Formats: sequence, C-alpha cells, structure tokens
Amino acid sequence: MFEQATVTMLLTGIKDTLYMTLGSTIVGYLFGLPLGIVLNVTRVNGLRPNRVIYRIIDVICNIVRSIPFLILLILLIPFTRAIVGQSYGSTATIVPLVVCAAPYIARVVESSLNEVDAGVIEAAKAMGADNFQIITRVLLVEAKTSLLTGVTITTGLLLGYSAMSGTVGGGGLGDIAVRYGYYRWQTDIMIVTVILLIVIFQIIQFLGTKVVVKLDHRKK
Amino acid sequence: MSEIEIRHLTKKFQVEGHTITALNDVSLQIEKGDIYGIIGMSGAGKSTLVRSINYLEKPTDGQVLIEGVNLGSLTARELRKKRSDIGMIFQNFNLLEQKNVLKNVLFPLEVGKRKDQDGNQVKLNKNELKQIARQLLKTVKLEEKEKAYPSQLSGGQKQRVAIARALATNPKILLCDEATSALDPQTTDSILKLLKEINESLGITIVIITHSMSVVTEICNKVAIIDNGKLVEEGLVSSIFENPKSDAAKELISGKKLTYSPVNSLESKKAVRIVFSDNSAYEPVIANTILKFGLPVNILKADTRNLSGKAVGEMILGLPEDDTISREIIAYLRERGLKVTEVGNEI
Repeated sequence: MFEQATVTMLLTGIKDTLYMTLGSTIVGYLFGLPLGIVLNVTRVNGLRPNRVIYRIIDVICNIVRSIPFLILLILLIPFTRAIVGQSYGSTATIVPLVVCAAPYIARVVESSLNEVDAGVIEAAKAMGADNFQIITRVLLVEAKTSLLTGVTITTGLLLGYSAMSGTVGGGGLGDIAVRYGYYRWQTDIMIVTVILLIVIFQIIQFLGTKVVVKLDHRKK
Repeated sequence: MSEIEIRHLTKKFQVEGHTITALNDVSLQIEKGDIYGIIGMSGAGKSTLVRSINYLEKPTDGQVLIEGVNLGSLTARELRKKRSDIGMIFQNFNLLEQKNVLKNVLFPLEVGKRKDQDGNQVKLNKNELKQIARQLLKTVKLEEKEKAYPSQLSGGQKQRVAIARALATNPKILLCDEATSALDPQTTDSILKLLKEINESLGITIVIITHSMSVVTEICNKVAIIDNGKLVEEGLVSSIFENPKSDAAKELISGKKLTYSPVNSLESKKAVRIVFSDNSAYEPVIANTILKFGLPVNILKADTRNLSGKAVGEMILGLPEDDTISREIIAYLRERGLKVTEVGNEI
C-alpha cells in the first residue's frame, strides 16, 4: 500500500527509535544506577547516612525532573552540540534523553533498593559483610526484579520521549509522524507510525514482564 | 576468661528529641559452652542487648568483650572480621529470597572467610565451599532442599537454613534473636533440639533472646532477666526457676496466662507458689498439710516443667486468709524442703 521509499523510511524510523530508546536507557542507567545507589545508601536509615550528599542529589533530581522534556530538549541544544557535534539526529537526541532519564532512573532505583528488607541487610552485616558487599551481593540481588520492572517502565517512558524529540528533528518514528502526518497532512503515515510505536511499546512491556516473572524467586 | 563479657552496658536512643534508655548498666558474663537465655517482655531491651554482642548496635556506654577482646577498640575492618566469628539467627529468618538454599549457606563464606579450629582463615575453592555448605545442610537435615528457594520452605525449614548459614564460618558463638517466636510449638521444639545438638557437638556458645520462659527452661543452663532495660536477675536456670527473686522473674515464670484462668473467680487473697525438688516429690506434702492444720488449701494451678531434661513440679496454692495460719503453713512447707514464694494478689 506504500511505496518502497516510504517503507524504507518507516524501517529506518523503527531502527532510529529503537536506537534512541535503548541507547538512552543504557546510558541513562550508567548515570542513574550509581545515583540511585548513592541515594539509598546515604538516606536516613541507609548503610551510610549522609544528609548533605542525599540532599544535593535529591534537589538536582527534582529540578531536572520538573522541567518539561520539550523545554529540556531546547535548553540543552548548546550542550548537545558540544558533546555530539550537532543538535539534530538520533545520536544527538540521546543526550537530552539521558539528562532527562538519569534522575528519573535514580529515583526508580532508589525506591527499588529501599524495598529490600532491612532484616536481610542486618543479617549480612552480622556475617561481616562490608558496605560494598552489601550493595553488590544483597541490595542489587534482592531488588533485581523490582529493578528490572524499573528498566521496563523507564524504557517505555523513553520511547515516548524519543518520539517527542521528533518535533525538533530528532529522527525516528516520532520525527516521521510530525513531518509527514502533521506538516504534510499524510494521516495514513501518521497512523502507521503510531501503530508501530504502540507495537514496540507492547513488545518492550511484554518482554520486561516475562523476564521479571522468570527471574523472581520470591513467589513460586 | 569469659567467652562473652558485657560490662556496664548502656544504650540510649534519640527518638524525636527524647532520650530513651534501652539498656541501663547491664553487666553479665557468658562462659564457653553455655546456652544462655536472655528473657524479658517485649520492649525490655533484650534485642538491643543481643545486637550489642556483635556491635550491630554500638553501646552508648560500657564495653563488650568477646574472648577478652573489646569490640569498641576494633577498627571497622577488624570488627567485620570478628563478626564472622559470631553467627546470628533471627525471628524473621532474614534469608536472601532471590538465592537458593545452597547459595544462602554459601553467602557468609563468600563475604567472609571460614576459620579452622585455631581461628586461622582457611582458603578454599568453590567446590570445597560447596562441600562445606552441603555438610551444614546435612547437619540441619535439609540436604535435599539445596536447590529450593526460601519461598518454597516452611518457617521451620527457613530457620534451619538460617542456622546452617550462621554456622558456615565455623563461629564460636551463635546469637539467636527470638529465633523461635515465629514458629509453632512443635517446630519450636525441633529447632531448640537442633540448637542443643549443635551446642553439644560443636561446643558453640549459644545466646538465646526470647520472651518465652518455656524456651529458657527447655534448653538454657543460665538465664538473665531483663526488665525495663535493666538486668534484674541472673544465674542458673534451675535456681531462678526454683526461687525467683525479682517481680519480673516471678511474672515470667508464672506466666500471665494465670490472669484469665478460671481460678481467677476463687479470689484467693493469699497465694503461694511452691516448687517440688527431687526429695520432696515423694511425700504427699499437700495432703499432710491439710491433715495437720485441719484447713483446706486451694490448688490454683499445678504444672510439671521440663527443666533441661529434669522434670520439675510447681503448684500455686490458695491459703486461708488468716495471716498467722498461712504463715505457719508456709513455714511447714519450707520445712519439708519445698521452695515457697508468695504470689500475693497478682492472680
């Protein structure tokens, strides 16, 4: 029903969307995971309470998260250009996506780790484990299913945000939807991109849930 | 040198601007091979006390010495090393839910090091560690469950895994924090039996925190009674059971259950608790008392308890209200070799 060129364009769009979504999730976790761990460790009842460090990260996270993504996208253009060399295209979009995702991920990670039973941590301490061992062998292990649920939710969120970046030339399916569907009134292309986004979202959610259920040993 | 020595331990907590004294100048000594019970009502401070023994709670004042080493003088690193000499089990088991039984038992061996009899660290490869873990699971009779996850086990089985885990580093001391409180009576019995076996076969000193007198009489040889953060009584279980001095001890021994037993309606003004020892158990003391004084006594409660394998009888008698006569009866009972304590109006 579409010309070859349109199909190729849509396929490239899918590829770009996945690239942005997964890329920003991975890089986002590189920053967000350690931040989340620090938040958990430095909180009042944490392994090493530290009011100052907690407060600083807490405030930064809240500030970044309170800026609407679209505004952040524009605000960060000079920063993106400095890092990637250009402010448009899918690689460039990863920068604001990561900036937006990292504080969000930090929060998700923090709350997952906070759920770990204090008794288990106490038991590990009683066995002579140091804080690093408690983080790597108790906190991250016991919270793994909750953490993976967090990854799924984050990926879904970033999929939506990557589509939003299409409005400023970010590439991917969102970009196609805006350029063809909105500017050129090609409703059919817009509908197809939306359907594709829905399908991708469903696949991510399905896989995420599947993995979590498989890895969770708490209830069987 | 005592295995564990607690000197003038005080622990205060700051809660919303108020200072709460959880422990107040507690001193006690626990010898090697003891099964030492620490008993008290909830909120008495006993959990804080057991957490001080491995410095999970740092005391506000006072010292804890393990084999003569003051824990307060150790660096963080030395303290962690010391902790692997002290196993601990908990009311809620605190197993790693995402690891199977075998991995739970391996956990302390991975974070710490196993020691030999002389306390030297032993380097072992993965297979040798697994061998040790399997041996421990055999000790707690769970060898078929090594692949199971904690969620698939019953409470008693979870506690067995926790015991195996606590023993993995070959510790000299085992701390039990309300280890049987979440278990039903039969499972409690089997866990207590297991602890006793471990104490006898490995010579491990065991400290048991509990609010249940039956746990103490079942396996402990010594007991400390904590009330309101203070150590009110301490000594051999047999002597405290026969002759409790403090109110807290009397309350724990008689058990609050008495309050809602049917004898409540008899409203005896004067009651005594008597404990039968070996030599007095043959003589029909109560019958003789009634014959001698020509007055009835009310048996309000009678019970036989297992005191470390020895059957000990106790009875609570309601005496006539006349002071002179009841005093004479008490004197008569004492002459017959019975331990008598006045219980008063508590029941």
